[in-house]
Amino acid sequence: MRIFSFTEPLNFMRFKTPALILSTLLVIASLTTITVKGMNWGLDFTGGTVIEVGYSGGADLSQVRQVLADSGYPDAVVQYFGSSEDVAIRISPREGVEQSAISNQVLSALAVTSSEPIEMRRVEFVGPSVGDELKEQGGLAMLAALIGILLYVTMRFEWRLSVGAVMALGHDVIITLGLFSLLQLEFDLTVLAAILALIGYSINDTIVVFDRIRESFRKLRDATVHETINHAVTSTLNRTVVTSLTTIIVLIVLFTMGGALIHNFATALLFGIAIGTYSSVFVASSLAVQLGISREDMLPPPPPEKEGEGTEPLL
Amino acid sequence: MLNKNPLWRYLVVVGVLLAAFLYALPNVYPEDPALNINASRGGVVSETTRAELEQAFVAANITAKAVTLTEGQILARFSSAEDQLRAREVAERQLGGSYITALNMVPTTPGWLRAIGASPMKLGLDLRGGVHFLMAVDMKAAIDKNINDLVQAFRADLREERVRYRAVQADLDRSQVQILLRSAEDVAAARAVLGKGDQELMFSDGDTEHSLLVSLSENRVREIREYALEQNITIIRNRVNEIGVAEPLVQRQGADRIIVQLPGVQDPAQAKEILGATATLEFRLVDNDSDLGAALDGRLPAGASIYRDRNGMPYLLENRTMLTGDHITGATSGYDEYSRPQVSISLDAQGGNLLSNATRSTIGRQMATVFIEYKPGEERNEDGTPVLVKYEEVINAATIQARLGRSFRITGIDNPAEAQNLALLLRAGALIAPTQIIEERTIGPSLGKENIDLGMTAIMWGMVVVLIFMVLYYKAFGLIANVALIANLILITGFMSMIPGATLTLPGMAGIVLTVGMAVDANVLIFERIREELAEGRSVQQAIHHGYDRAFATIADSNITTLLVALILFGIGTGPVKGFAITLAIGILTSIFTSVVGTRLLVNLIWGGRRVQSLPM
Repeated sequence: MRIFSFTEPLNFMRFKTPALILSTLLVIASLTTITVKGMNWGLDFTGGTVIEVGYSGGADLSQVRQVLADSGYPDAVVQYFGSSEDVAIRISPREGVEQSAISNQVLSALAVTSSEPIEMRRVEFVGPSVGDELKEQGGLAMLAALIGILLYVTMRFEWRLSVGAVMALGHDVIITLGLFSLLQLEFDLTVLAAILALIGYSINDTIVVFDRIRESFRKLRDATVHETINHAVTSTLNRTVVTSLTTIIVLIVLFTMGGALIHNFATALLFGIAIGTYSSVFVASSLAVQLGISREDMLPPPPPEKEGEGTEPLL
Repeated sequence: MLNKNPLWRYLVVVGVLLAAFLYALPNVYPEDPALNINASRGGVVSETTRAELEQAFVAANITAKAVTLTEGQILARFSSAEDQLRAREVAERQLGGSYITALNMVPTTPGWLRAIGASPMKLGLDLRGGVHFLMAVDMKAAIDKNINDLVQAFRADLREERVRYRAVQADLDRSQVQILLRSAEDVAAARAVLGKGDQELMFSDGDTEHSLLVSLSENRVREIREYALEQNITIIRNRVNEIGVAEPLVQRQGADRIIVQLPGVQDPAQAKEILGATATLEFRLVDNDSDLGAALDGRLPAGASIYRDRNGMPYLLENRTMLTGDHITGATSGYDEYSRPQVSISLDAQGGNLLSNATRSTIGRQMATVFIEYKPGEERNEDGTPVLVKYEEVINAATIQARLGRSFRITGIDNPAEAQNLALLLRAGALIAPTQIIEERTIGPSLGKENIDLGMTAIMWGMVVVLIFMVLYYKAFGLIANVALIANLILITGFMSMIPGATLTLPGMAGIVLTVGMAVDANVLIFERIREELAEGRSVQQAIHHGYDRAFATIADSNITTLLVALILFGIGTGPVKGFAITLAIGILTSIFTSVVGTRLLVNLIWGGRRVQSLPM
């Protein structure tokens, strides 16, 4: 069984300009929503307290809110988490109180007022300073990953391909962040991990294509740049689609079965991998072409002239 | 041409798989609910304790699988959690307050596997339930205390050497001491006096005339910070042991932080209170003039009260304190000239003066050290937090042999362990830098269990779907890829169990699911390449050969970058995210191995050794 079976290379380069325009628009739109709406930063980055409480007979949110308001937390955000039996309570950081004691107070207030026994499922408290550090580290990690990849690809390939690859990666990350901003999905540490995993996955995809582009340049001596790239992208298309498919399948499994804690992680990867697959097929090589890649850039460098070559040996 | 496998390749693949399989095996065995019993504060657990406990279990009709004594700790295994909980009650009733019991789950790895060092994977707190705290040590407070001590010491030294000064002040914002003097000669004299004993002080001229600024050298500041951190770690360790958790972790992180992990803690609120408890010390004179017996009957003499030590021995102590623990700057255990255990204590200048005055006329009398700790009790405040109860305990009573000064020692201690404990408690009383919880992650026991189940189902279903897809898509070659995928899972499990620091977390399980999806990539690359080579008209054997060779460069290139990302994730991540990075990295390495080396072996074995016209793919 094969998904695609082509005798002729597909003309991907025909979509070069539309793809670049579409991507530019998507990136601009994402950056706009990120600046206008901002990210819905999770607890890991804002600091504060999240308390997840289990009510075996189903929870009454308005009652929980009332109890919290009475205990001095009118600003607490109360939501169902995963099911109607679980309630997640988020309390923003506040000044002047022993912050780590908040969860104790909330839990005991809820226990006293509830007619049935409640279950402490999860408490997370992150001090504001820790949140800022995590934000900084997260940003640095993303930058470090991109720079590391830029250097590696430059070393292994050529600077135009390298810049193309990293720009395509940035494109994947920005658009995924844009989605999280648009839908106001919570961005926490696991989502950051997902974004970094996405960077890893997406570069993997792009490199497979680039590897083939390099090979095709060396093999197809008479073809134009566009023809060569079309050939390379077409011959790796099956692999690109099959791998993306299996990965997307497991991510759907993870999304539906992995539980509420993994939800946003799976969302980020699912969306990111779809975008990443698109970008490694249409965007990365288009960018390299736009930067003016040519066959000469891809040929192995001529062996350097050795010192003393051509002279008679002394002995 | 034919594709044959050299013997070494068989050996490598079979060897690696076998090793991984063996080390993965302990994960299959279930865990026993167990009870850990330790002695608290210097007590001992002996063979008698063990035997008594075993009898008590039998009397209470609880069948224990085994009750063993190893390294001063009793471990009792049970077949059900119900027995475990009942046994805890029995043990607590039997042993009383000087022992600590902790619930635990212990692996039932068989002996032959333990003999090769195999053990199950460590589960992160998000999977087993428990509390994770990140505590920050207030280093500014430590430095401030040091500067204040210096002020006291400088005043005393200058007075002693008769250097006249106008003022000695602490400038805490800039962490220095300012000394105002009257003349240039005095400045020089002060400098000479104060700089004599201490190389780690830095002197400079002050802003005003005839003044001197003293600050701490970088070296000294570093020492103070290290000491503050180490001291806090020691104290927290001691307290954690009091909570009664099996396998607690107390570890420093960076320059001023401490990670505390308490797996399976039932009551995180209580744990928090215990960790945050404040301890102080007081030195009081023993009242020898009054009758202890009469006091115990309720006729307390004026100005004295009854205190007890750990064993309940009563002491009649004066209400007036000679000295409080905040003057203690250090306490170390060691041996005196007769090789008996002792504790050496040093005080700050003010403490030295106080003690010196207090012991001037009391030589020959006994001085008791009282340890005071605030612990959460049974009662609750209105807001539900436990009421802190003051516990006072006499930890030592010693005869004053001579007038005491800034440093003195307590001798006549029973054993080295006791001396060590006393030193620790003395230091605890002089906590130089308070700590604060800056991050907490608590997972209830049932959520941990749920997370494991969710993770396992996701891995299983992800696996099943991918296995089916591969067979449909690549037929016989799909089967081979599937063998590689299963081998890959065994390898990941084996490596995760083998590497000491690797912990399985919920994101880690997500990482495994992701690896299942991505691990087929290498095989897909190879198989697609073989198909292409066939389409270009190469012979079957050449296609196999070139397919593997050409795909390898691509596989290496694309995976090195992903590995790079995994390493970065490992570097910045904490707890669960680190777990994700580990599984991702291990998954990448094992998937390269299984696809490039493993499937090639199978493909060569099946099709490589004979003339075939077409491949079933």
